[in-house]
Amino acid sequence: MTRYIIRRILWTLILMVAVSVMTFVIFYVLPSADPAQLRAGRHASPQQIEEIRHKYHLDRPLLDQLWFYFQGIVTRGDFGISYVNDQPVAKLVFSRLPATISVAIGAAVLWLVSGIAIGIISAVRRHSRLDRTTMSLALVGISAPVYWLGLVALYLFANDIGLIPILGGSGSYRPITVDPLGWLNSMILPWIVLAIAFAAFYSRLLRGTLIEVMGEDYIRTARAKGLPERTVVMHHGVRAAITPIVTAFGLDLGALLGGAVLVEIVFNIPGIGRLAYDAILHSDLFLIQGTVLLAAFFVIVANLVVDVVYAYLDPRVRYE
Amino acid sequence: MSTPLLSVEDLSVQFDTEDGVVRAVDGVSWSIEPGRALGIVGESGSGKTVGGLTLLGLTRSNNTTIAGRAMFGGEDLVAMQDEQLRQIRGKGIAMIFQDPLSSLHPFYRVGDQIVEAIQAHSEASDKAARARALELLGLVGIPDPRARLDAYPHEFSGGMRQRAMIAMALSNEPKVLIADEPTTALDVTVQAQILDLLDRLRRELGMALVIITHDLGVVAETADDVAVMYAGRIVEKAPVEELFARPMHPYTWGLLRSIPRLTGSREEPLLPIPGRPPSMISRPPGCAFADRCAYVADECRVAEPILSPAGTTIASACLLPETGRRSAWSGLAAGGDTDAAFKVLRGGK
Repeated sequence: MTRYIIRRILWTLILMVAVSVMTFVIFYVLPSADPAQLRAGRHASPQQIEEIRHKYHLDRPLLDQLWFYFQGIVTRGDFGISYVNDQPVAKLVFSRLPATISVAIGAAVLWLVSGIAIGIISAVRRHSRLDRTTMSLALVGISAPVYWLGLVALYLFANDIGLIPILGGSGSYRPITVDPLGWLNSMILPWIVLAIAFAAFYSRLLRGTLIEVMGEDYIRTARAKGLPERTVVMHHGVRAAITPIVTAFGLDLGALLGGAVLVEIVFNIPGIGRLAYDAILHSDLFLIQGTVLLAAFFVIVANLVVDVVYAYLDPRVRYE
Repeated sequence: MSTPLLSVEDLSVQFDTEDGVVRAVDGVSWSIEPGRALGIVGESGSGKTVGGLTLLGLTRSNNTTIAGRAMFGGEDLVAMQDEQLRQIRGKGIAMIFQDPLSSLHPFYRVGDQIVEAIQAHSEASDKAARARALELLGLVGIPDPRARLDAYPHEFSGGMRQRAMIAMALSNEPKVLIADEPTTALDVTVQAQILDLLDRLRRELGMALVIITHDLGVVAETADDVAVMYAGRIVEKAPVEELFARPMHPYTWGLLRSIPRLTGSREEPLLPIPGRPPSMISRPPGCAFADRCAYVADECRVAEPILSPAGTTIASACLLPETGRRSAWSGLAAGGDTDAAFKVLRGGK
């Protein structure tokens, strides 16, 4: 197992390099603004622009630029500078991380708890009115785009424009360290909006798997042993049906930590997603690189964690 | 004979399906005394497994209609509340199944699964239950039981898994063990070991054994009495020696003639029973076996045969004359063919 994990970590590094090379290439292949011009500002002379081009190695071939980029990361922990904000990328990214983590973790707890609860109840009481209602709602939840749900939520509940103004709306984000209550107030709507789509998907996934599992021979054995139905469902059924949920959860959380772009934009939350969005709008090369690398990092680590956890959940899985 | 431990009276199980009502078990009666072994034989779909599951309430659902009685310890399992029946499952009556790999939970250690069975019916501490699990694994002949306690089912061989299932079933010293095709998924050599084990345990522990199988060989080896099921009903019931020596039902003849005999010549062909069992949804009137019976008479398609004595210990559900059937089987057993038997049985007509 340890050897397996070490090998996977080495692969992570290789993947990260590949991701940044691809981002670089895409940036240069696709038409975009001239980074030097962006850095120099609106009224710069051609000479100033050339100076900047030289200073940031923008006049060098692509391979050289890549080399300088990686050299900076490895030797100085320097992920480059944001042309637009005139700040180190690493510092910008880290300053935005708490907001994204707030959104992702809160929503994750919400959707995991509700999705699992609804999934179990629907599976156990299959074809009941409750099952039919929740599964129809889940279909709506899966189909509704997050930005639309977000706008509807703001329209209904935001304390500035809402019909029932009870919760923090767009742009109400406060860091938890500064104003815990304000933070909570600003997070509730984004959490709910983000959780709806995921909870809908999770409940349907768990319902399907659990219904299948409840037909397995080992469930019949558990009943034949004389276990209470509750134990049969929770200890034998859910235990077996939960593995795909764990996989999906790890990957979803990993992807969200790299930036919950839509929710962050609709609710104007200063997280990684909005940072990436702004960076792309402004062709801010190193900032794009930084956010892409961070997202890639979270996704790859989430994959690794999921695979390791899987081996503990299912004793038949063993990695060599 | 002592008083029956478990007595099934006119048990019927019907499933509501989209295609119609399936009469899986249709008026079945049998009983078993302590320490005895009853074999229930039949082909797939004859209702033998559904009957076993129904006794434990495992077929109960909104789509199932269960009628009749199953008396156990003075109480009716069919009418019993779910919670009361749950307490009998695994403690009064235990059951083991066909495929031991899929019947054990893949994610839990074998020892833990046995401990769970013990603690479902007692307040035993973890330590005491574990000690009991160890003892049970030893009892069913699993080598190095201490190490096996912490192994997962996929680390066991097929035979070992079925032994573990048996250990789990025995954990609360049930009075009745229902074994549903316990050897069907196993290698032939392992089959014999498992049957020997079941036989030994029945004698040592004095429990009653109901063995459900499609395999007459299994019945011959383990059962005292046999019930032959066809299309949801018992068509013949007898002590095992009697059934093999003097069967009175043409379906049983067919079963016996379709298995190879060591004493027979190699050229002797195996004789399959032609056709398929009737639909359990729209059952034609008369005898359910009529369409496949080589000796069918006109009345067989009209009247339903009921299980009635056809000798001192054998009961059979067939409308054909008893004496004719007796001599027809004598001919078949001596190596005669179906045509000769037909002449003996239906000669006049």
